[in-house]
Amino acid sequence: MDGRVSNVDYVIQQEYRAPTTPAPTRHTSAIAKPGVKPNLIVLSWITPVVLIVVWEALAQAGWLSPQVLPAPSKVLRTAWKLTLSGSLLNDLGVSLLRAAAGFAIGGSIGFILGTLVGFSRIAEALIDRSVQMIRAIPFLALVPLVIVWFGVGEGQKIFLVSLGVAFPIYINTTLGIRQIDPKLVELGRVQGLSTLQLIRRIILPGALPSILTGVRYSLATAWLALVVAETVGAQSGLGFLAMDAREFLRTDVIVLTIVIYALIGVAADSIARLLERKLLAWHPNYGKGARS
Amino acid sequence: MSPTSVTSSESAVTVSGLTRAYGPRVVIDRLDLRIGRGEFVALLGESGCGKTTLLRALAGLDPIQGGHIDAPGRPAVVFQEHRLLPWDTLWQNVSLGLPGADPRKRAAAALVEVGLGDRLDDWPRNLSGGQAQRVALARALVQEPRLLLLDEPFAALDALTRIRMHVLVKELVARHQPGVLLVTHDVDEAIALADRILVMRNGVIASEHRADTHGGPAASRDQLLRELGVATNLQVA
Ligand SMILES: Nc1ncnc2c1ncn2[C@@H]1O[C@H](COP(=O)(O)OP(=O)(O)O)[C@@H](O)[C@H]1O
Ligand SMILES: [Mg+2]
Repeated sequence: MDGRVSNVDYVIQQEYRAPTTPAPTRHTSAIAKPGVKPNLIVLSWITPVVLIVVWEALAQAGWLSPQVLPAPSKVLRTAWKLTLSGSLLNDLGVSLLRAAAGFAIGGSIGFILGTLVGFSRIAEALIDRSVQMIRAIPFLALVPLVIVWFGVGEGQKIFLVSLGVAFPIYINTTLGIRQIDPKLVELGRVQGLSTLQLIRRIILPGALPSILTGVRYSLATAWLALVVAETVGAQSGLGFLAMDAREFLRTDVIVLTIVIYALIGVAADSIARLLERKLLAWHPNYGKGARS
Repeated sequence: MSPTSVTSSESAVTVSGLTRAYGPRVVIDRLDLRIGRGEFVALLGESGCGKTTLLRALAGLDPIQGGHIDAPGRPAVVFQEHRLLPWDTLWQNVSLGLPGADPRKRAAAALVEVGLGDRLDDWPRNLSGGQAQRVALARALVQEPRLLLLDEPFAALDALTRIRMHVLVKELVARHQPGVLLVTHDVDEAIALADRILVMRNGVIASEHRADTHGGPAASRDQLLRELGVATNLQVA
C-alpha cells in the first residue's frame, strides 16, 4: 500500500488545501442586494432564537426533565454561579493552556517537518512516508496507548493535542512551499536575493495562504483532541468539570461545558479568519475587496 | 563579474565562444557578442533557435558549457511575464533586492518614471497587463544596471499598449544608458527600437544590421523577414 495516495488521504488533503479559486460560498451571497443584507442577518438568527425559546418553555412546563436537558436559563444561572466561585474560569484557563501548549508543540513540529519536506526531496524521502502512515491512524484510536505512556496527566493531553495539530500544519506547509511559482524563485535570484531573503520575501509569503489554512484546521483538531483527552481523565479543566458533573447528574454543568467548548471553537475559528484577512490582504480570496 | 572589467570601457557585456547545451543538444555554439553601454540591441530569430537560452546564460541563470561572459555588475532582467510578487505592494516589488538606503524613495522615483507614481501602495492584482510590465521595467531600472535583458517583454500586450511601451522603453534607456539586449520575434519592434539588430540561427549570430549614422532604421523589414525565412514576395492586394 502506498501511504500517500489512498483515496481517504486524497480527500483529506483536498479538504485541508487552501482554496485556489475564489470561494463565493464563504461570503455573503453575490446575489443578495446590499440593502437586503441586514434583514437576512436578522432572519438567520430567528430559528436559533425560536429553538431556545421553545426549549426554555418546554423545560419550564416540566415536559423536559432537568436531568435530560435543563432549561437554558438554568444553564445561564449555573454559569454565573460557577464564574463567581472562580472554578469555571480556573478550569477554562487550564483547558486553554493545554490547548495552547499542544498547539505550540504540534504546530512547530508540523511546520519544521513540512518546511524540510517542502524544500528537499531527500527530506521527503526520509520523512513523508512515515508521517503519512502515522496520519492514516485515526488519532483517537491512540488514546489507550497514550494513556499507558503518560497516564492521564498533562503529558497525555498535550501529546494528543500536538498530534492532532501537527498533521494539518505539516501537510499545508509542504503543499504551500511546493505550490510556489518557480518563476518567482528565479526572479529572486535575478534580483540578487540571498537564501535567507529568498525565504523571507518569496517562499514564506507564497506558502502563507496554505499554512494559514492548516492553522485553521489544526485549531479544530486541537480542540477535539483536548475534549477527548480531558474526558477520558483529568483533575482539572473543562472536561473534568463535565465528568465531575456527570457523577452528580448535574446536566446543567454538562450542557454549560458543551456550550463553552462550542463558543471557544467558534472564537478560535474567527481568530484564524481574522489572521487570514490581515496577513493575506494581497490575496484576492481574502483581502478587503473579497468580503463584504 | 570582476570590478576590473569596468576598464573594458563602455562595454555592458562581452561574450566570447559561448556554448550552451541541453544534454547532447547544443543550442548555442561558440557564440560571440559585445554590447556597448547605452547600446540598444535587438535579437531576432525564429522560435526555438535559442534566444531565451542566450538571455538566460547572460543573466547567469543557467550554467554554460564553454566560453566566457564578461558582464560588469548584475544584469537586470524583464521577462515575458511580469513576475510581480502578489503579496508585495508595488514599491516593495520595485525595491526587491535593492541594496542601499531609502528603498521606498528610490522605488517611488522609479515608479514615477514609468507613470505609476500614484500607485506605490497598490497591489499587483489591481494592475492591467501593461501597467504590470511597467512595474517590472521599474524594478529592473531602479538597480541602475549596466546590462538590461528583455525577453519578449511586450509580446503579451495588445498592439496599442505595446506601442506605448516602445516609446517608454526608448525614453528610459536613453536616460539610464544601460546596454540593452531585447529578445523579440517582432521585426517591427526590433526596427523601431534597436541601434543594432542581430539575427540568430544555428546557435550563432548569423547576421547583424546597424542603424545608419543618421539614426535611420538598422535594416529593412523585407530584408529581415527574408533572413528569418519568411517569403515576402507575396504581393497582398
Ligand atoms: N530546459 C530545457 N531543456 C531542454 N531543452 C531546452 C530547454 N529549454 C529550451 N530547450 C530547447 O532549446 C532550444 C532553444 O530554446 P529557447 O532558447 O527557449 O528558444 P527561443 O529562441 O524561442 O527563445 C529549443 O529547441 C528548446 O526546445
Ligand atoms: Mg523565448
